[in-house]
Amino acid sequence: MSEPVSALNRATFDGLAHVQEAGLQGMITLRGTVLDEGFAKAVSDVTGLALPGQRGVVSGGDSTLVWMSPDELLLLCPHGDTSDRVAKLTAALGDTHALVVDVSDARAIFTLSGPQLREVVAKLAPVDMSPAAFQPGTVRRTRFAQVAAAVWLSDAETAQIICFRSVAPYMFALLCNAATPGTAVGIF
Amino acid sequence: MSTRLATGGRLTDRSKQVKFQFNGQHMRGVAGDTLASALLANGQLMMGRSFKYHRPRGPVASGAEEPNALVNLGKGARFEPNQRATTTELFDGLTASSQNHWPSLQFDIGGINTHLSRVLPAGFYYKMFIHPRPLWKHVYEPFIRRSAGLGAAPDAETVDGDTYEHFYAFTDVLVLGGGVAGLQAALTAASSGAQVLLLEQNAHWGGRTPVDGGEIDGKPAAVWISDTVQALEAMENVTLRLRTMGAGVYDHGYVLGYERLTDHAPETPGPRHRLWRIRAQQIVTATGAIERPLSFAGNDVPGVLLASAVRDYVVNYGVSIGDRTVVVTNNDDAYRTAICLHEHGLTVPAIIDARQNGGGALMAQAEALGIKVLKGRAIAKVKGSRKVTGVAICAQAGEGGVLDVIPCDAVAMSGGWSPVVHLWSHCGGKLTWDDTNVFFRPDLAKAPTSHDGAPFVIPAGAANGHMHLGATLTDATTAGSSAASAAGHQPRSTVLPKAVAEAEAAIMAVWLMPQGATVALRSKAWLDFQNDVKVSDIQLAAQEGYESVEHAKRYTTLGMATDQGKLSNINGLATLSAALGEAIPAVGTTTFRPPYTPISMGSIAGQARGEIFQPVRQTPLHSWHEAHDVNWEPVGQWRRPYSFVRAGETVEQSVHREVTATRDSLGLLDASTLGKIIVKGPDAGKFLDMLYTNMMSTLPVGKCRYGLMCTENGFLMDDGVVARMSDDTWLCHTTTGGAERIHAHMEEWLQTEWWDYKVWCANVTEHYAQIAVVGPNARKLLEKLGGMDVSRETLPFMQWVEGTLGGFPVRIFRISFSGELSYEIAVPASQGLALWSRLHADGAEWNATPYGTEALHIMRAEKGFIMIGDETDGTVIPQDLGLSLAISKKKADYLGKRAHARSHMTDPARWQLVGLETVDGSVLQDGALAVAAGKNLNQQRHTQGRVTSTYHSPTLNKGIAMGLVLNGPDRMGEVLDFTKLDGTTVKATIVSPVFFDPEGEKQNV
Repeated sequence: MSEPVSALNRATFDGLAHVQEAGLQGMITLRGTVLDEGFAKAVSDVTGLALPGQRGVVSGGDSTLVWMSPDELLLLCPHGDTSDRVAKLTAALGDTHALVVDVSDARAIFTLSGPQLREVVAKLAPVDMSPAAFQPGTVRRTRFAQVAAAVWLSDAETAQIICFRSVAPYMFALLCNAATPGTAVGIF
Repeated sequence: MSTRLATGGRLTDRSKQVKFQFNGQHMRGVAGDTLASALLANGQLMMGRSFKYHRPRGPVASGAEEPNALVNLGKGARFEPNQRATTTELFDGLTASSQNHWPSLQFDIGGINTHLSRVLPAGFYYKMFIHPRPLWKHVYEPFIRRSAGLGAAPDAETVDGDTYEHFYAFTDVLVLGGGVAGLQAALTAASSGAQVLLLEQNAHWGGRTPVDGGEIDGKPAAVWISDTVQALEAMENVTLRLRTMGAGVYDHGYVLGYERLTDHAPETPGPRHRLWRIRAQQIVTATGAIERPLSFAGNDVPGVLLASAVRDYVVNYGVSIGDRTVVVTNNDDAYRTAICLHEHGLTVPAIIDARQNGGGALMAQAEALGIKVLKGRAIAKVKGSRKVTGVAICAQAGEGGVLDVIPCDAVAMSGGWSPVVHLWSHCGGKLTWDDTNVFFRPDLAKAPTSHDGAPFVIPAGAANGHMHLGATLTDATTAGSSAASAAGHQPRSTVLPKAVAEAEAAIMAVWLMPQGATVALRSKAWLDFQNDVKVSDIQLAAQEGYESVEHAKRYTTLGMATDQGKLSNINGLATLSAALGEAIPAVGTTTFRPPYTPISMGSIAGQARGEIFQPVRQTPLHSWHEAHDVNWEPVGQWRRPYSFVRAGETVEQSVHREVTATRDSLGLLDASTLGKIIVKGPDAGKFLDMLYTNMMSTLPVGKCRYGLMCTENGFLMDDGVVARMSDDTWLCHTTTGGAERIHAHMEEWLQTEWWDYKVWCANVTEHYAQIAVVGPNARKLLEKLGGMDVSRETLPFMQWVEGTLGGFPVRIFRISFSGELSYEIAVPASQGLALWSRLHADGAEWNATPYGTEALHIMRAEKGFIMIGDETDGTVIPQDLGLSLAISKKKADYLGKRAHARSHMTDPARWQLVGLETVDGSVLQDGALAVAAGKNLNQQRHTQGRVTSTYHSPTLNKGIAMGLVLNGPDRMGEVLDFTKLDGTTVKATIVSPVFFDPEGEKQNV
């Protein structure tokens, strides 16, 4: 077994916001009928979290559940715990019609932090980033310039952004460019 | 001559000198100048030559509507043509040059065109240069291109020196235009608590009201403006933006805002332009109005300006166009110019008012100042060519008989005002003709509507046809209030400001001056200054049958190019309607399209340039390839190694080396880009049986099967190996290009047609690095890493196994796309590079050789394996490719089955896959056609086949190819002629498509 490495090995940049490739992150795709009690119970039992509603994000302990679509959730957990969580979820779900699959290495995750992060995101994603419209606890599946991404705030001044691993260098360059010092829009 | 006045210029700061250059001459302006006002202050009235006749031209306007004063701006990496001097803010070091003249602005050879204007009428190019055809390309077009044109194209090799960006904004109410109407609308809307975004294209608030005067709430208008801006700035729910133009209004409240951040200060860091991509619930268009020129002979001579522009230059910049200005008008507003000039100590020899009874209170005021007013009069002709020397006066009612000549240096003309309805119209707002006020105004009953059928654009103030200050503010209050309510906010009662401004007498429609002007006069009466369209041109177009305003526009070029007819449209269509004898509303307007004024290409591209022009997808092994002399091939957005070129090798040699090394010993391929989709559920087998042409439900756990997917129309869309992971789970491999497409295809069928199937799928393509270990020594390498039994007995061909290989968690698929003993190893991407490096290190003893896509292609072609995109092109069905065995006869249905039964699909004359070998061993050209006897109706040779893949096989040391040929499989051994690009043909024999190891002995070990 070799030491696993993330797409950009925790590269960072400082500008309007602090940009960092956040390193290895366990990610598990859960597909199922969210309204199905069996599914909801099994997921809650294993994760210790209530299921998020539409465009919701729920965190607790070392886990976060992110709403991805009406029949898809994303569970974030420590990278090393992924196989264990997959096994536990699969066991808990039993005969419930659901899919549990490890997608940790299919993605890259970035954190964007600082008071101006909203503007950096708003330069790239067609999302209303105003504080009135976007608060911690909400996720948006959207695009950043030309690639698919999801974004949510883990606190008032920290955003989490996930994209496919293959476009991590593009995403990093995009975020750095949008965070170039001296380019603040000044509206949030 | 134009000059700077001793005092004045409310927008300028005379204490700050600004140096700039025009046509190589050093000049000085002052802070706050536009390039136009600074040039005028330097006596430079002539700023360019016209497009077609190369006539001398000066500015006619003072803002965005300017058609004439276009310059080449900047140098090198910051060069930009066709910039309006009137909206270019002056800065230290600005460099500009005039356009469309040769050899110089003062002396221009093309100016001879003006003397030829009688033989260059509307549609001249269409009429004259059609025959003989070959002359168009080689004689006429080069000549016309040289003589007609705007600014110089930027140098093709020079990269734009600035940066640009986009910004996504969302708001309840968007107000476009920061004049008094926009400010009042914003204030009213904001009082409701709604989010308000207010954009103003210029660098100053208040529009033209400070120039026109008037009182609001007992204060001078300028004071009210600054108070209101302060009030808005203090509100948290309001965002104000200067130098930001509402460029276009689109469906569902989508608006483009064009912010010019550093055009006025190029050394400031940050982006030059920012394109705002705005979603607004409600849009208020407070875009003001534009003054119309009058059509009289010589109205394009430098020194003839719009009356509003003349007073703008005096009041805003302290610049006069001339000492003696004749004002010519059909309405009261132009009297403001006369009064303004008089107040600034300049002379107005006469006001020529086309109305028989003249005007109202403003006329009385002018007359009280001692200014002569000539009623019922018109300008017959402007005297002078490069500058105005005088005007000949005639009766408006007549044909142009000269009554008097008045010497002057400038003419201030006003044909009335047109509301700026562009943004109202972009998304479908209709117009209505207002006969009293003589303009088109928004038809409020036919507003642009959103998804719910409700209007989402509200015009306000002058843009809505309310020209009087009091009416403007009343209308803006209503607009702001309506916008807030429509966006779901309750407007609080705001006090309507009380405005005081002079009452105005009625305008008289004047479309030609004098009304009965002779042909000679009409031929010098310009409608469109930028495109050199005159009254006579429109009349000729009407006479020749161009009755539709859209046709007349294209025939005469009226309203085209960078100004899009801001000054000319209404005059042009009024002229057309008169020529056709129809009412103006019956003729209608041309279509208003975004952007309002041209926006930079850079702003459209935004951040997409250089490194982030497009996403480049990288596999987990990308960095290794880069460090090992990779020769990249773009495959969609991926970069894949085409080959690894060693020192001293050609690309072709590197490819051949890679094939030979793999066939002889051991090759390693980065196959990570291949699509991997998990399909799970009780109905997964049934689902896959519908997607693939063959059976997947019967595949035993642990085994792999090659499958084909067809579209509903039966055409082959993708292929790949399917592995059964467990009782209810399959893993489908797709082509590199198919990963997202096939995943979407699956979801579409599951969500729209087979929603009752219990199936989930997930695209896990990027979770894995996938490495093909290929060649006679492949097993030895895996055994050396250890940890898994990969023997022939335990892991036979077309099976897979999961385990730990050399410490790596892997799945190993024993599949082969090369005909060699081959294992594809999937490992989590985070460990991909480590495994790849390990395979190279441990495989060194067998000369482990990384190979790229070209070696992959050659090896698959040697084996006769098809490639999606080579052998298929969207018209090919599996049966064409000898793949009938992969089509289940047992299944009741699958996507494409019905299509495969259609007569055209079962036609025995469909071209079929064969192998091809040239008689002389050469390589057939890609896409070459097999010719047949005879020619078709287009005198092209008949064909009977085409090459789909062709390579030099280093293994067989000859050219090999695959192709589709009429009755091919029945014609083995037959020799056909294949085309070459040089027109000759080459002979090739039809053979089996399997060139190498037809028994499969090499992979079956």
